[in-house]
Amino acid sequence: MTGHKEKFDPRFKIAHREARIGVGLVLFNFLWWFGFAYGLGSKPVEEYSYVLGMPAWFFYSCAVGSFVMIGLVIFVVKTFFKEVDLEEDEEEENPS
Amino acid sequence: MNWEVVIPLLFFLLSIFIIGFWATRHIAAKNDFLQEYFLGSRELGGLILAMTMVATYGSASSFVGGPGAAYSQGLGWVLLSMSQVATGYFVLMILGKKFAIKARQYKAVTLVDYLKGRYDNSKVVVLLSAISIIIFLFSAMAAQWVGGARLIESLTGLSYTSALFIFAVSVIVYVIIGGFRAVAVTDALQGIVMFFGTLIILIGTIVAGGGMENIMTDLMNENPNLVSPFGHDGSLTPRYVSSFWILVGVGVIGLPQVAVRAMSYKSAKGMHRALIIGTIVVAFMMFGMHLVGVMARPILPGIEVADTVMPSIAMEVLPAWLAGIVLAAPMAAIMSTVDSLLLLVSSTVVKDVYLNYVNPDATKKKVKTISFGVTAVLGISVFAMSLSPPDLLIWLNLFAFGGLESAFIWPVVLGLYWSKGNKYGAITSIVVGVGAYSIIHNIWPEPFGMHTVTLPVLLSFIGYIIASLLTQDENKIEH
Repeated sequence: MTGHKEKFDPRFKIAHREARIGVGLVLFNFLWWFGFAYGLGSKPVEEYSYVLGMPAWFFYSCAVGSFVMIGLVIFVVKTFFKEVDLEEDEEEENPS
Repeated sequence: MNWEVVIPLLFFLLSIFIIGFWATRHIAAKNDFLQEYFLGSRELGGLILAMTMVATYGSASSFVGGPGAAYSQGLGWVLLSMSQVATGYFVLMILGKKFAIKARQYKAVTLVDYLKGRYDNSKVVVLLSAISIIIFLFSAMAAQWVGGARLIESLTGLSYTSALFIFAVSVIVYVIIGGFRAVAVTDALQGIVMFFGTLIILIGTIVAGGGMENIMTDLMNENPNLVSPFGHDGSLTPRYVSSFWILVGVGVIGLPQVAVRAMSYKSAKGMHRALIIGTIVVAFMMFGMHLVGVMARPILPGIEVADTVMPSIAMEVLPAWLAGIVLAAPMAAIMSTVDSLLLLVSSTVVKDVYLNYVNPDATKKKVKTISFGVTAVLGISVFAMSLSPPDLLIWLNLFAFGGLESAFIWPVVLGLYWSKGNKYGAITSIVVGVGAYSIIHNIWPEPFGMHTVTLPVLLSFIGYIIASLLTQDENKIEH
């Protein structure tokens, strides 16, 4: 009934790979965010160092982190993402 | 009335109406009314797709409630808000091309259509999901309208009721006449306004506070916790803040108004562009808006009502005419969320309930009349509900989001990638998700120091898996 009969569609192989990349990116994003924020931000406030006027934890976790993620998204999209035709190119698939 | 502030807002409203009327021409020209009205005939390009995603999601909570919370919590709240950067790429990457292809195969116009196609036309799945969408998004909409009206109230000095009236009429008119295409294109315009609005107010606030270093010193002198990641009283624990990655980060994938956009784009190329643009825009806006909220504190100390932080700081640090332009941004944020919700609830009523079960043979003309009519009736009922507004804007809003995420994230994601998932799994997942959310929200809020959404999402995952595995045999027999 459900997914079992799913025909092999080469487009789905590409889609599955891209979804895995998405999971990888979000894990990396979380680790970067968490690591810098609590790694540098957990000490007493008096001992904070500052970059461009911002506390270092905040600068690296939030500001730099955003640029890193933007850069990574551009990189993976340009390098790994493939263009596929989204329309129905095979004959009508039986939806049951 | 402060005309220098009001004129840019009026101009903004006018442009939105023009877009609405432009979009009606498409509706007249297309053969498939439902596909066009509720999905824009799947013709969105990269920029519009990215903007409509960000704008739909970046709602009153990011532009009004969020900066207000950052004002009282400090940099820890900016940190929390940065979990939303993930939404810029995660939704489109995970649902991705497979969702777009499947949606086309099922000829799905709504998220419920997709679920219907995936889960063997199960009536229970369709009705359960339609009901959850209608209830939850209706309350989310009301919360947003209150935000929009409060904003107009504080900007123009009109009474709350007149402000709500102006807001309601503007939104209802262009959504009814223009449908999804009008919503998406106005979202793009609103997204651009939000982007530049954020930029201007960020610069204005840094300058007014005497530079970043100065602002941070002022904050530290007031309360050192404000520059720590732990909130003004140290109550933002890492675990609590991290759990927002589910609520406003990855969980967003389960929001019907977001997911439906992932089936609306024209080509893979457009999706690729949207990934890049979306990530840039969402990262910048979340960072900028929340940071402005924190920096507003030394400049305008002692603001009592959190929702007024944004408008107050804009009027304080910018010349009036520029403040008018910038304040069109939160207005845009709210409108672009509300319009999407209104259309989504309307599509659920028309497409998922009426056409599925009430009158499947409705003529094209009838469908058209019903669609316009339902959208109008919904809009007017939300207006009526918002007349005596509930106080907790964020609360209502997040309640709706959390409930929907718990209901839909697994039926959508596992339905896409796990071939053993079936309708029993989906039904269990929706029931457990919504049920657990409502119960935990009321009797055991924030279990284990995490946001309420965490546990229901986990439970609905377990429910989906177990129910699907237990009913594998039945599937074979039925076959």
